[in-house]
Amino acid sequence: MPKFKKNSNTSQDIPTAALPDIIFMLLFFFMVTTVMRETDIMVKQQIPRATQLTKIERKSLVSYIYVGEPKNVVLYGSEPKIQINDVFITEDDIVGFVNTEKDKLDEVERDQITMSMKVDVDVKMGIISDVQQELRKANALKILYSTIKRVAE
Amino acid sequence: MSRGKKKLPEVSSGSMADIAFLLLIFFLVTTTIANDKGILLRLPPPPDPLQEQLDIKIPDRNIFTILANSKDKLLVEGEPFEGSMDELKEDVKKFILNFGKPTPEGIEVYNSLPPKMKAFVNANGRDPESSDDPTSLKSIVSFKSARGTSYDLYVGILDAMNAAYNEVYASRVGITTEEWLGLDRSNSLQKEMYNRGRSGIPRAISIAEPD
Repeated sequence: MPKFKKNSNTSQDIPTAALPDIIFMLLFFFMVTTVMRETDIMVKQQIPRATQLTKIERKSLVSYIYVGEPKNVVLYGSEPKIQINDVFITEDDIVGFVNTEKDKLDEVERDQITMSMKVDVDVKMGIISDVQQELRKANALKILYSTIKRVAE
Repeated sequence: MSRGKKKLPEVSSGSMADIAFLLLIFFLVTTTIANDKGILLRLPPPPDPLQEQLDIKIPDRNIFTILANSKDKLLVEGEPFEGSMDELKEDVKKFILNFGKPTPEGIEVYNSLPPKMKAFVNANGRDPESSDDPTSLKSIVSFKSARGTSYDLYVGILDAMNAAYNEVYASRVGITTEEWLGLDRSNSLQKEMYNRGRSGIPRAISIAEPD
């Protein structure tokens, strides 16, 4: 057996001095991109997929309406419900909601308000149609059916 | 500097990485990537009780009707439709680009089309029983759902109708549909392209209230 003498002085450790810097970089990335969710969504939200998506240019003009079967079926039943901010509402409250949302905007931008409809795939069109009729009454005519990008097979 | 200087006191930074890791994991878990994309739709203004309902007569050949019932079955142009959404999109596209009996504006639109699309029109279109031309009120895509239609199907059909129009617009200016959807209208060059694609072919999608 020949004798191999290991006499190199190089250390075998990977230098970890730069590790904190790398982690900090990642940390800042996530801190900047994070949007804290302000509402607790109480309805099921499985968003449908589509291909022809448009992006909203001004996020400040968007208000959200969530529609779906309540997560807590025991308490709220299994019929689809409309949720706005943190509460369930009926169709009749939509006009009032749109008006409060419009009041938050500048006067010139009030017609531009976009209602983003986040609707679960299992919901039927009846309730959506009712919501849209109310939105027409409230003069919030721009709506966006929130969808996820479907990748073509 | 004296040679016998004492060593400076140091804060040990070995656990810095651990602290940063902890924060990193916290933000990783709480992050929700905002999803602000979707299909934009403009609702018609509320009916004005003072204004009389205008009754515009549009011949049946100029309307492409899609009906969906509460069992999610489709009736397209009076025939039950079993195909995929892609096939529906192709049918809508053929309907828009039919040029059965073009008006002078329609002929102008036809002349502005690139050769590839002219070939498409001559191969698939020219049906006197289908739309006259793509200009306003000469080809309308109408969709009516029932109250029991699922939202999933509704969005699918809306998507197919929009896809047909976007494909027409995009191939008119010679770009892909993806590029068309990504056009930035605040940029004057891209806005010009957008207007060129849409000129003469309004997006005539009519969505009836479900009953």
